[in-house]
Amino acid sequence: MSKPHHAPGDVRSKSLTDYLNDENVRAVLYQVVAIGLIILTSWYLVSNTLDNLEQQNISTGYSFLDLEASFEISESMIDYSAKSTYATALLVGLLNTIKVAFLGIILCTIIGIIFGVARLSSNWIVRKLATVYVETFRNIPVLLQLFFWYALIPNSFPHPRDALEPLPGVLLTSRGLYLPVPIADTAYTLMGIAAILALVAIYFVKKWAKKRQDATGEPFPMTAAGFGIFFGLVFIAYLLGGAPTEIDMPTLKGFNIRGGYNISPEFLALLIGLTVYTSTYVAEVVRSGIQAVPNGQWEAADSLGIKRSVALRKVILPQSMRVAIPPLTNQYLNLTKNSSLAVAVGYPDLVSVSNTTMNQTGQAIEAISIFMLIYLGLSLLTSLFMNWFNKKMALVER
Amino acid sequence: MKIKTILAAGAMTVAAVAAHNAQAGAVLDGIKAKGFVQCGVNTGLPGVAAANAEGKWEGQDVDFCRGLAAAILGDSNKVQYTPLTAAARFTALQSGEIDVLARNTTATLTRDAKLGLTFLGINYYDGQGFLVPTALGVSSATELDGATVCVEPGTTTELNLADYFRAKGMSFEPVVIENINETTAAFFAGRCDVYTTDASGLASIRNTMAPNPDDYMILPEIISKEPLGPLVAQGDDQLADIGRWVLNAMIEAEELGVTMANVDDMKANSTNPGVQRLLGVSPGMGEALGLDEAWAYNIIKQVGNYGESYDATIKKMLGLERGLNALWTDGGLMYAWPVR
Repeated sequence: MSKPHHAPGDVRSKSLTDYLNDENVRAVLYQVVAIGLIILTSWYLVSNTLDNLEQQNISTGYSFLDLEASFEISESMIDYSAKSTYATALLVGLLNTIKVAFLGIILCTIIGIIFGVARLSSNWIVRKLATVYVETFRNIPVLLQLFFWYALIPNSFPHPRDALEPLPGVLLTSRGLYLPVPIADTAYTLMGIAAILALVAIYFVKKWAKKRQDATGEPFPMTAAGFGIFFGLVFIAYLLGGAPTEIDMPTLKGFNIRGGYNISPEFLALLIGLTVYTSTYVAEVVRSGIQAVPNGQWEAADSLGIKRSVALRKVILPQSMRVAIPPLTNQYLNLTKNSSLAVAVGYPDLVSVSNTTMNQTGQAIEAISIFMLIYLGLSLLTSLFMNWFNKKMALVER
Repeated sequence: MKIKTILAAGAMTVAAVAAHNAQAGAVLDGIKAKGFVQCGVNTGLPGVAAANAEGKWEGQDVDFCRGLAAAILGDSNKVQYTPLTAAARFTALQSGEIDVLARNTTATLTRDAKLGLTFLGINYYDGQGFLVPTALGVSSATELDGATVCVEPGTTTELNLADYFRAKGMSFEPVVIENINETTAAFFAGRCDVYTTDASGLASIRNTMAPNPDDYMILPEIISKEPLGPLVAQGDDQLADIGRWVLNAMIEAEELGVTMANVDDMKANSTNPGVQRLLGVSPGMGEALGLDEAWAYNIIKQVGNYGESYDATIKKMLGLERGLNALWTDGGLMYAWPVR
């Protein structure tokens, strides 16, 4: 906002029309009017909604969150029972959403990079297979893919009574995959702490190694050392904790398999569906990223006698990342948002739990407002992280 | 110029929103103006509401919608159906997308008091049961500890299930899928040990959707009361009155022995004052509801009395006897309020 300016020597007193015709005054005026209209419209919408709800005798407000939910949820990362509150139920849903989105993002990135690189392979079969994969799964709506995976899993594996046991203790049934897990022990807490310590140690060793290589040119076998530090420390913690060997084996008891860790068909169908679908887009992003790197970079690496696989990892992929990160962010956001299709295959994600809550309490607007806000928050967080990562990877221009 | 455009756009937005304002009593006028009843029904539960091979909707809830159309518009065919999932049904009614909801819905206090809805009465007394494969080797619901249970979300069923297992100190794992077709598919694929819903629903699923009905059985326990009935949104009391009396007229007709076949004869010759009032021979009832005096005649002529409707839908398609739904004179709960 700056003061209206006029030519020096203009002594004529200003009328209203002069003010209205002043560019600066107008600029401010437009913005005030626009903001005023937005506020007016939202106020009108909100008050109108509240009026209508009151007229129809529909109760409003968020007080229902403290009431007992009295429905069960099949899988939860925190303690939950029918006695818990609606707020806890929604938290369970949110954590389930984060779980599937997080794993989905990691898996789709790995698979996407593999297929993206494979599409540019010099091997005809590899290249064509990758093309078929990408073109097939990219062009089928993701909801149909979810139905497909969900129909496939319960139908193609046996009832728990005749469970398949591909590895000792690992059971494959129509109720999902059961894995043996060690029975909780302080040793595992120690191992967790050791793992974190190891990561910190690796960070500092890497810094030191880089410094030494810069100074003396002597390379350091970082990969081997990293693995050594990590597994060495974790193993020492395991021994210090008394080396527990008790394992919780999944076994058939009554109707179902009890014990062990269960990966449900609903979760599996959703994870596979989202991963496969999104990985095709990631593959395309990676392929275009690699093709955006000038051919001269390949040739330069060749002329230095660098192996093609090393050139890909050390020269090409790091440069293609700069092009690829912004569209990758989009794919990650899509995956997170698509996870709301969980309701179709019975995975208790945020939307599924909100739907039930909404229906049992009748607080549709409130429940929807909660999950919309949460999705917005999740997406903004993902964007923030990726923007930070993008800045870090961007070419530092001198 | 620009300011004018913006202002005009803003005014139009406000006006458009204002037009959506709900108006009390408007639903009945809306039905008369558009010439049909928009009725929310189940997405597909034979006997209750399902489209048959010719795409025509049939079932007990459908008969209520047809009765309502016959009473208001004089023609039971003037109904348009909106199939709704359990989770979407109340929102559809609250938002005015449908005029009336007849979707095997259990009347409960919260639904009646907190959702801005009015239950019109009960057209089917039901209770929640369990469907299991005979191969499971279970003969009572008390043996279900640790079972995996398929259930539709957003239903009283989901809550009764948790209550029942909690009260018995048993555990279960729910599998909750939004669409009833996906849920039943998962059950028949062996994803769950047990399928739970109202007993009428179980009979429908066993008899019409199971690959081989004899491989499945309904356990004897009924764990809840499920009075099912149609409802309308609050704010149009006249429509609520009409809906309530469509239910009562169908039951009253059965009590008086008026059927689809003999209604014309009864109208012409019956000397029973109750029949004469019901069929509009002695006028006043139709006028009180703001309807034509032939309102009940139209329902019975075109849809039938309660017993006829029951026999043609629930009994014929699901093989379920009247039980609780028999007339009170036969030891059941069906008891019409006096039409006078």
